[in-house]
Amino acid sequence: MADPVVAVVGAGPAGVRAAAALVAAGVRPVVIDEAMRAGGQIYRRQPEGFLRSYTDLYGSEAERARAVHDCFDALRDRLDYRPQTLAWTISDRRIFTSGPAGQHVLPFDALILCTGATDRIMPVRGWHWAGCYSLGGAQIALKAQACAIGRRTVFMGAGPLLYLVAAQYAKAGAHVAAVLDTSPVSASLAALPRLLAQPATLRVGMGLLRDLRRAGVPVHRGVTPMEIHGEPDHGVSGVSVRTSHGAILAIDCDAVAMGHHLRPETQLAELAGCAFAFDRMIGQWLPVRDADGRSSQPGVYLAGDGARILGAVAAEAAGELAALTTLDDRGHRVCETARQDAKRTIARARRFAEGLARAFPWPREQISRLDNATILCRCEAITVGDLRRSIAETETDEANRAKAFSRVGMGRCQGRYCGLAAAELISAAVGTPVEAVGRLRAAAPVKPIVIASGGRCER
Amino acid sequence: MSGRFVRLAEAGRATITLFVDGVPMRSLAGDTLMTAILTARASLRRSEFGGERRAGFCLMGACQDCWIWTEDGNRLRACSTPAVDGARLCTQQPATAWPTLS
Amino acid sequence: MTAPASSDVIIIGGGIMGCSAAFFLRRRGLSVTLLESDLVGRQASGTNFGNVRRQGRPLYQLALANRAIAIWREIGMLLDCDVEYRQLGHMRVCYRTRPELAAAMEQYASDARHSDLDLEILSGNTLRARFPFLGKEVLAASFSPFCGHANPRLVSPAFARAAQRLGAVVHERCAVAETSKAGDDFLVVAADARQFRAPVLLISAGAWGDRFASAFGEPLPLSSRGPNMCVTEPLPYVLRPSIGVVTPNTEESVYIRQVERGNLVMGGSFYNPSYPDRFRVDVRPENSLSLWRQIQRLIPAVSRVGIIRTWSGIEGYLPDSAPVMGPSRTTSGLYYAFGFAGAGFQLGPGVGDAMAELIATGRTNIDLTPYRADRFGAA
Repeated sequence: MADPVVAVVGAGPAGVRAAAALVAAGVRPVVIDEAMRAGGQIYRRQPEGFLRSYTDLYGSEAERARAVHDCFDALRDRLDYRPQTLAWTISDRRIFTSGPAGQHVLPFDALILCTGATDRIMPVRGWHWAGCYSLGGAQIALKAQACAIGRRTVFMGAGPLLYLVAAQYAKAGAHVAAVLDTSPVSASLAALPRLLAQPATLRVGMGLLRDLRRAGVPVHRGVTPMEIHGEPDHGVSGVSVRTSHGAILAIDCDAVAMGHHLRPETQLAELAGCAFAFDRMIGQWLPVRDADGRSSQPGVYLAGDGARILGAVAAEAAGELAALTTLDDRGHRVCETARQDAKRTIARARRFAEGLARAFPWPREQISRLDNATILCRCEAITVGDLRRSIAETETDEANRAKAFSRVGMGRCQGRYCGLAAAELISAAVGTPVEAVGRLRAAAPVKPIVIASGGRCER
Repeated sequence: MSGRFVRLAEAGRATITLFVDGVPMRSLAGDTLMTAILTARASLRRSEFGGERRAGFCLMGACQDCWIWTEDGNRLRACSTPAVDGARLCTQQPATAWPTLS
Repeated sequence: MTAPASSDVIIIGGGIMGCSAAFFLRRRGLSVTLLESDLVGRQASGTNFGNVRRQGRPLYQLALANRAIAIWREIGMLLDCDVEYRQLGHMRVCYRTRPELAAAMEQYASDARHSDLDLEILSGNTLRARFPFLGKEVLAASFSPFCGHANPRLVSPAFARAAQRLGAVVHERCAVAETSKAGDDFLVVAADARQFRAPVLLISAGAWGDRFASAFGEPLPLSSRGPNMCVTEPLPYVLRPSIGVVTPNTEESVYIRQVERGNLVMGGSFYNPSYPDRFRVDVRPENSLSLWRQIQRLIPAVSRVGIIRTWSGIEGYLPDSAPVMGPSRTTSGLYYAFGFAGAGFQLGPGVGDAMAELIATGRTNIDLTPYRADRFGAA
């Protein structure tokens, strides 16, 4: 009988630690990852030939990044590693992939999804101008390419990445024009007890703020974004916000990095048939997961920020835990102490994440302030006004219906960047809670694939 | 306006040459297509619907805002494709990619 | 307990058949209650390819198709909504490997010459000159210039809203638990215990139609399957008509159209498994891959285009691929219009109009014989 196939999708901190735990138990997992090199986004590696040190790249997290990279490098010979490979759908316990060698179908016995996260976006008028990037994108430009996204960059939004990336830019010598935080100081204070669940992380965060102030970067809390100024051919030219005192603040810049913390990439979990539930605290739909990392689908496990945003440390623990649970479910003997340690790490991160959600709240009230000309869906150039009109004309109160009528979320990104805001807009327009609006259904392929990648009919 | 991205380090890499819309463009080995193009230019393409220029958004292969073309009509996601010496790229859809009836 | 809501007609099923019937019934002055278990136009009516195609249908069906096309041509004004109907033509093509199909297309054009289809048979240089993007394998084509395509996501909801503006009552998310007839009236009980009463009941519940028919002693051999659909990223707008491959081989049978915004919508090459009881349909990835291989034979230039989404829906099929349409044979006041076998979108407005005529006047000039519910014999 052939060995059972255990697949891991994603080679960030969760995927690497999951693979390591599987290898340690004598399993040779298949590791499918879109990137050229393992590490994920948070510990993304620079290309071969780049010379910056781990400290330059990852700051306080240098040792963790190095450990994850070293761990993966040591595993390489004991993995079936498939980089630059997109898992584009899951059907009948098979993963369909598209990669350098074309299309491939991988039947699996167990699957650990470590699909990571992308930026959570609240649109701002003008966010479609060239030069506006997500906070994660701005960080990747620096980390993976040693570039700043512009000559004068404004950082706007809320969440840990806001301060982290701004501080990294300042440290690397980029000009940071301002940090504009939508969350008020009072929110941080209220969140403090929960943030103390990870005191070291909290200290790092305070350090970032100090670094920014020392670098002379203006930091404004409690702002309301008004507009990213720009024009069609030249892109971003400035930002204006209303400060917490009610004054209008206008800042010249040629680049904006924006975002409100992260959202998990859950499409593959949905295509695999996993059940979802709405999480009130963070205002998002998440795949249901038990304390050991099992999804609602037998043999499908969930770990890392792709299941719930808990950060890299918890992702490593969750990856290991999901792998140990996979092994346990498949009849291996596993170390119970390791499982308990992982669960404790995750529990601390959950408390900390609750703190972050309070400190940097998702500014859902902003959706009602957006004027009708604001682009909501960048892919399809659907405006806030388009969706509001469509809702009014059709009495739509459901996310997929709104998509069908207005095309919001119908473009290449499949609603990754507009879906949450669109749901808030529907919720605000019809006066129902956002969970009643539902969520955009995932559809294959989770990212575009070229028609010829599936081959041709030879004739 | 010239480039959008600003190089902050790692400038000692070997240089390579790309051709973007037929124009030679020097960049560095290890650049993504996005970095190569945006250190010299302000955008990657135009939006199909608004017509405004776009320069990518997420840099992690999720937003799909940075798809460009090779001269022979193949699709490339600029943020996740390494620049290769001699590559010939287009920021507008070349006629080879999809026929016109004119 | 409140008294049942009364109307002249209850319609179960808010697809294109039910929604257009509601609209045309209101135009004839009958009061209508439409019950939809989910949201209107959610299944086959909203997920199909969007073909407004007459050619290729059985000749007996062309009268109904022509009744429908007349409505399509004024649908924007009629519904006060642009449902993206574009009369840019519909073309069937056959491959060189099946020359007999070129002759069959010519025969069809001849047989249908009195049905106002105005079919043009094209081949060789004439075909290439007009449609230079067709693949080398394409041998001949039958072009129907006065057909086209529309946006299926918009049509049924637009009919429902227009019907509501005329006074129809539309209940979405209203699953029907029980139907019965007591005296002259039908009593319909929803899963949430709401009750509705009317002397006429129209079942237009697509792949779910048989369960309502069997409750009135008319079981039907209805099965279901899902279309195999996908859409590409936007491209320059060059492909005006919708185009489909004629072939007896399901795998080869693909179709494609381009919307004005530029996306190519395509489908075919195998069906997807569907589970009406669970309101679920699976897009089988191997079916998507097969579609992508086959569509390159029809239009090779699609090969480098990115697919951005696949989908399916739930369609009802009877063994002869014709619908059940007309009065019940067991129960007076009961009418059917379902089982359109993935080919009901174009017919939809004509079906709604004809059913409204039949219900309101007791007759219609559409010959309903081929659609009788008892044509499969006693089950």
